[in-house]
Amino acid sequence: MTHAWQHYHRPRSIDDALDLLAHYDGNGRVIGGGTDFLVETRRGLHRPQEAIVDATGIEGLGEIAQSDGFLTIGCGVTHSRIIRHPLIRAHGACLAESCGVIGGPQVRNVGTLAGNVAHALPAGDGTIGLLALDGEAEVASAEGTRWVPVRDTFVGPGRSVIDRHQEVLTRLRFRPTGDNEGSAHHRVMRPQGLCLPIVSLAARLRLDADGRIDSATVSLGPVGPVPWVAEPAMQLILGESPSPELFAAAADAVLGEVSLRTSKYRATSGYRQQMIRTWLPAILGRAASRAEGAR
Amino acid sequence: MSRLELTLNGRPVSVDVPETRYLSEVLREDLGMTGTKVGCNEAECGICTVLVDGTPVNSCVYPAFKAHGASIETVEGLSAKGELHALQRAFLEHGATQCGICTPGMLMTAKALLDEHAASGEPLTEDGIRVALKDTYCRCTGYQAIARAILQAAGQDVAPYLPATAAAAQAIGRPAPNPNALAKITGAARFTDDYVFPGMLYGCTLRAGIPHARIRSIDSSAARALDGVHAVLTHEDVPGRNLHGLVTVDWPVLCGDKVRYVGDAVAIVAADSAETAAHALDLIEVDYEELPVVADPVSALDDDAPRVHEDRSEGNLLKHIKVRKGDVDAGFENAEVVIDRTYRTPTTEHLFLEPECSIGIPAGYNPADFGGRLDVDAERGETARHVKTTVYVGSQIPYADRDQVAASLGKAAGDVRIVATLTGGGFGGKEDIAGQVHAALLAEACGRPVKIRYSRQESLQVHPKRHATVIRMRTGAKKDGTLTAVHATLYGDGGAYASLSEKVLTRATTHASGPYDVPNVRVDCYATYTNNVPSGAFRGFGVTQSCFAVESNMDLLADALGLDPVELRRRNALRVGASTATGQVLRESTGLLECIDRVDAEMRGGDFRWSWNEGPRRFAWGIAVGYKNTGLGGGAPDKATAIVEAWEDAGRGRMAEVRISSAEMGQGLPGVLAACAAEELGTAAENISVLLGDTDVCPDGGPTTASRQSFVSGNAVRYAAEDCARQLDVTPDKLANARFEYEAPATQPLGTGGDMHVAFSYSAQAALCELDLRTGEVLVRKVVAAHDVGRALNPLTLEGQVEGGIVMGIGMALTEHYIQEDGQPWTTVLARYKTPSIEHAPAISSHIVEDPVAAGPFGAKGVGELPSIPVAPAITGAIRRATGIHVRSLPVDQDELLRALGDSVGELELAWGDREPIPVIGDDA
Repeated sequence: MTHAWQHYHRPRSIDDALDLLAHYDGNGRVIGGGTDFLVETRRGLHRPQEAIVDATGIEGLGEIAQSDGFLTIGCGVTHSRIIRHPLIRAHGACLAESCGVIGGPQVRNVGTLAGNVAHALPAGDGTIGLLALDGEAEVASAEGTRWVPVRDTFVGPGRSVIDRHQEVLTRLRFRPTGDNEGSAHHRVMRPQGLCLPIVSLAARLRLDADGRIDSATVSLGPVGPVPWVAEPAMQLILGESPSPELFAAAADAVLGEVSLRTSKYRATSGYRQQMIRTWLPAILGRAASRAEGAR
Repeated sequence: MSRLELTLNGRPVSVDVPETRYLSEVLREDLGMTGTKVGCNEAECGICTVLVDGTPVNSCVYPAFKAHGASIETVEGLSAKGELHALQRAFLEHGATQCGICTPGMLMTAKALLDEHAASGEPLTEDGIRVALKDTYCRCTGYQAIARAILQAAGQDVAPYLPATAAAAQAIGRPAPNPNALAKITGAARFTDDYVFPGMLYGCTLRAGIPHARIRSIDSSAARALDGVHAVLTHEDVPGRNLHGLVTVDWPVLCGDKVRYVGDAVAIVAADSAETAAHALDLIEVDYEELPVVADPVSALDDDAPRVHEDRSEGNLLKHIKVRKGDVDAGFENAEVVIDRTYRTPTTEHLFLEPECSIGIPAGYNPADFGGRLDVDAERGETARHVKTTVYVGSQIPYADRDQVAASLGKAAGDVRIVATLTGGGFGGKEDIAGQVHAALLAEACGRPVKIRYSRQESLQVHPKRHATVIRMRTGAKKDGTLTAVHATLYGDGGAYASLSEKVLTRATTHASGPYDVPNVRVDCYATYTNNVPSGAFRGFGVTQSCFAVESNMDLLADALGLDPVELRRRNALRVGASTATGQVLRESTGLLECIDRVDAEMRGGDFRWSWNEGPRRFAWGIAVGYKNTGLGGGAPDKATAIVEAWEDAGRGRMAEVRISSAEMGQGLPGVLAACAAEELGTAAENISVLLGDTDVCPDGGPTTASRQSFVSGNAVRYAAEDCARQLDVTPDKLANARFEYEAPATQPLGTGGDMHVAFSYSAQAALCELDLRTGEVLVRKVVAAHDVGRALNPLTLEGQVEGGIVMGIGMALTEHYIQEDGQPWTTVLARYKTPSIEHAPAISSHIVEDPVAAGPFGAKGVGELPSIPVAPAITGAIRRATGIHVRSLPVDQDELLRALGDSVGELELAWGDREPIPVIGDDA
């Protein structure tokens, strides 16, 4: 049995992190809290690395901050801190809710949102929440740093445009929900069988002065290989007034677009459809009423 | 190696360790702080929880160097300057620790919660506890005692929950913490993996990985050549019997010709480290010829089914078990209503939170030979000389371990010694041999101690499970509800080896007409071999399965007759003078009616409704009853021998030491035995020390199974203590000494009539369930339970058995399913097996009924298994009342349930893992 890694580094600066990655030249890997990666590693699902570069000790990236009209979350910030943070609870409710259903407290105390995003699972709950907030990720590499929309980072299950052997996801940010805006998240689990999440969904809505939806983002997973931003539903509800009928139509629009397979011991396609049909309108309704409350 | 610096429990620690270490490994292996336990290495069970800078983390997947410079708190640091922490005191008082393996993690998780609330000043609530403890599993307590203990530690006025019981005598009937609880809450309690012997090697087992195949060849030369490997053993290297087994000796120690399930052992390796041993396994080449797989217990009996054991003339039929009473045809002719349904129950996993671990010590071992310290006075442990081949193990049957190890070593039983360590949960899953024989073989081959520690994942695929069953149940009754006949047919999946299948399924069969007075009974049970993981003992021992079918039919019968379901049960309940399915006429201790009355009265208290709606949720009650034999029964001699030494102490009164080989796995046996001895000696239970399970000094208490230890070992201790008391009365200045072999009243084999069992315990349970009509999710909100236990010997640990058993039953009803397909487990990791967490634990209102049995110690009979038995049908009864859907397959699958709701289907027979409908069992079966 080979160890999953030989060296464990917890650099204090981004430059040190990038230097380490350069030094290991493809045989080093960045982790955040490592709560997914390490468990998968223990199950032998990842090839051994020469070094682990733990990004949670980088100075200045352990904070949640407000600047330039964004809420910014450093890559060292754990799910537990996000859940408790008053600004995120008030202005990114769907993110607080989605991070709140990840694992149990011990996992949330270690796992990070940045790790959740970079790990690119098809239904990472924190990721689904951040997607609905139109989150962006800052990626640092030897060439410099760049901001990319989170929705553009996914390549496939567990695969991201962020090269975890060369680059570090340093920060995440989103525009806080303001006046006339609200967001919500929900997840359905099925404890029988393989005990996997059935669907995780989030939405952010803004209402105009007439009470019509003038901005909407809806995200969900797993409905395919990567977390999905549900454009058809978003288009359908834009310009309309919130109503149960509208939100039911939004669910239909989603179901018209995705093909939900029966996944053995996880859920039947019928059940997965039913959960979207039930819960998408529910979270849209919750986001809308929060938006009304934020007038 | 790199330098790791920590502040550990307030003390700076600096240690050179590889950077590959996890925090749990540094604590346990590098620093020898074994208070922190490891249950899964998947961040699922939470028992490894420690605090890093005040925050609870799973140390099993927390890289040690991530903690560099941090402050770590473990259970060892919880008590300051010899003073127990408020949490520890509360855990003791509330009986919140049972087997103790989860206790360190539970305490640390709770400590962080208390600290957080102390800092914020916000009052702690039960909801807050549920959130914080969500992913810290306890398989023993049912969580209620833990939650209450935490509230008390937070300064709230919460007393231990104790149902009313008969007035306490000297020691009997007095609620008291288990004597080993103190060690469990401080981290001092030692389980097998906590022992490290000088010179010790680590063993690993090569598993088949495929369910059915012929072995063409095994080449272990590369593994033998690997640096650090001390021995590689295959079937050719077993000096004695290459088989083990508790009833039927059919389970290969190391497979030579054939493998019959994925967990079959093909080779074992001992090496300097567990890593090297695991690496060596990869180098062993086994050439297999794969064979067709027997996948389920019904098709196993097809004429053309492949043979699991080719030499058996009965093919895959392990045993056909029959119960005959009266004239079942006449009974049905006489019936005015007949309910006929087929049910299915799943394979389930014990999930004792301590995976199996054995340490073999070679005969003649002297720790000084390996740089260790020899203490000539030490009787056992790392500093002791070991004359005999010895195995340290936390198992349920030390003497059976001894005999099986000896047989495979080719030694006399007296030349092998088993030292029982604490058992981190058993529930029936630690009765069969796990690593005991392998560890002994490797130890003798290497001349060194060898530890074999199963990972959670290995444990999942190796040890016997609860039998999956298919049960056709036909129940006939008169219009007034009087039962006239029961005809049941059961198929039980025994898996690849016999284990305890014959006994378990006999119990399923004999209890298949329920705790009812039924004049005409016919039951046929077919125990079959398949290529699935073997099935064996599991709390409830087959009765859990048949009770589900019996009680589900009773609910349908009540509906068909327009009778109240409680009234129907009351009308037919076993009582003195009635006879069981096997013809045993009950002469005493039949407290079922009182159990029913107590539960019914509480359930119907207030403004009772069977069901109601609240928004998208529907609530409903269900009720079920069950019973369970105490002791082995069936004509098996049921014995236990105890040694008691007692003396007068000028200050403390009479003192005693009790010795008996019976297993403590958290159920509280030492406390019960201490109370039995104390009662006879007229002293306090605290004055009794109990040594369990060193086969060289403790006589045989028999297997810890069949809810028998309080009865059998309790009596042995009681009578030995009584003898000592007599001696002390005469010569108070001399050490009294008595050895008593107790043999339970004789029983008769099945089919001969007469008393098949020495006693039965009874239960009634009502479950209030909440069904989410949007998702199909079911939660149990409240359970009202009554248990007739004869006499409550220790009400505190008794209540622990009740609550833990109920929550275990909830798991079987709603979430637990060990999935196998064509002999391949899907449940390969703990993340794929959902056992109840504190979120699933209901409020439990417990009533204790004490209808004494004359032969029991102070009137007591068994209780260990009973609370798990009626839970599932009570829950499915509630679901039926809430939805009209009669669930015939467990666990209740929310996906299927929601679909049935949408389709207005009246009966649900699919469970996700069993995509095929329940097989049809023909009339002639």
